[in-house]
Amino acid sequence: MADATLKQVVFHLRRYEPGKDRTPRWEQHRIEVTTGMTVLDGLWKVKELYAPTLAWRSSCRMGICGSCGMLINGRPRLACNTQIAELKSDVVAVGPLPNFGIIKDLVPDLQPMFATHRDLMPYLVREDVKEQEEPTGEYWQTPHELEQYLQFSYCIKCGCCMAACPTVATDALYAGPMPLAQAHRYNVDTRDGGFVKRREMLSGGSGPWRCHFAGECSQVCPKGVDPAKAIQLMKQELVFDLLKLRRRRPAAAVAATPCGKRREDIPAAPARTAKP
Amino acid sequence: MRDRTLWTWHIFAGVVILVFLGLHMTIMHLNGSFPTFNNPFGGEAESWQNVAARAKSLFFTVTYVVMLGAALYHGLYGLRNILLELGPGAGLRRTIDVGFSLLGLGLFAFGAWVAVAVPGVVSRMGG
Repeated sequence: MADATLKQVVFHLRRYEPGKDRTPRWEQHRIEVTTGMTVLDGLWKVKELYAPTLAWRSSCRMGICGSCGMLINGRPRLACNTQIAELKSDVVAVGPLPNFGIIKDLVPDLQPMFATHRDLMPYLVREDVKEQEEPTGEYWQTPHELEQYLQFSYCIKCGCCMAACPTVATDALYAGPMPLAQAHRYNVDTRDGGFVKRREMLSGGSGPWRCHFAGECSQVCPKGVDPAKAIQLMKQELVFDLLKLRRRRPAAAVAATPCGKRREDIPAAPARTAKP
Repeated sequence: MRDRTLWTWHIFAGVVILVFLGLHMTIMHLNGSFPTFNNPFGGEAESWQNVAARAKSLFFTVTYVVMLGAALYHGLYGLRNILLELGPGAGLRRTIDVGFSLLGLGLFAFGAWVAVAVPGVVSRMGG
């Protein structure tokens, strides 16, 4: 049975093709909205009916991959995670995320964000490289230690926070909320030993010192991450480090395997069906 | 100097301003609170005798200089950040840093000289 049509809305789409268009332009297309229809569904419908060359980036359709960040009715959101009905408007204005270059139409150039992200080493930095390559055990962590970074690890790198940040809008050197929040995520991970290496970049002019704590990044995050909080906590860590007040800790060691005995009431794991 | 250090000083300067502005408000607007400390001659805090007494006090000379340094640093650092967010090139950034440093040092030297010289001036005026 076909979905019930709720209403008609007009999609205002910002179109731009570098090298062909001198400036971006707006296109309008009217479509019928059905129950549960997301902005991403609407874009597919517009592409099917009116604008076959319309370009955007999307993949998972369920708010996990972070590909479809767009400016929807003036707010950075995930197109797949935004139902048209919840916008409470007969107009759906869709543009590419601000504060990024435009590759085409609704596709932002996220490369600078990911370059900064990579520079801040968003992974566990450890001395025991061999253990990381060929693990012999686990790095143990208490639930409390896990909570220090858990919410920041939910980031899907969609770029919505970067698009909402007023400092990123004006200061090209500022690293931005996503890379900084991820640097903090690893700095406070007890398995990580890379604070001193990250500190070199974070202490400079592109670090968290440019943040005005506007808090827009946290407001728009579709995953409920709080980058603004991460940045303030990072400032605290770095200042305490400068004042020699930061408690230094070695990266968590590999936990010893429990004495080699197996409890008899635990059934054996099934045999592997695929060769590693 | 790294921005981490500059920002830390910025925060410390803010705390200093908070404390000394609180002191200023207490002295100037709560006359009766600490009469022997800030208002030894009684009456208005702005009266000549009270102003002269404070001007000749070493405590107030030191607080004027500290407050001046903190306020200059805090304000100029904030202004520098606003200008840097306008996206100047590396050369202009350097010019802003050097210019603001010289401006701050110059104003601090002048203000500190005034604060130190005032007790002598007050004495010559019969205060």
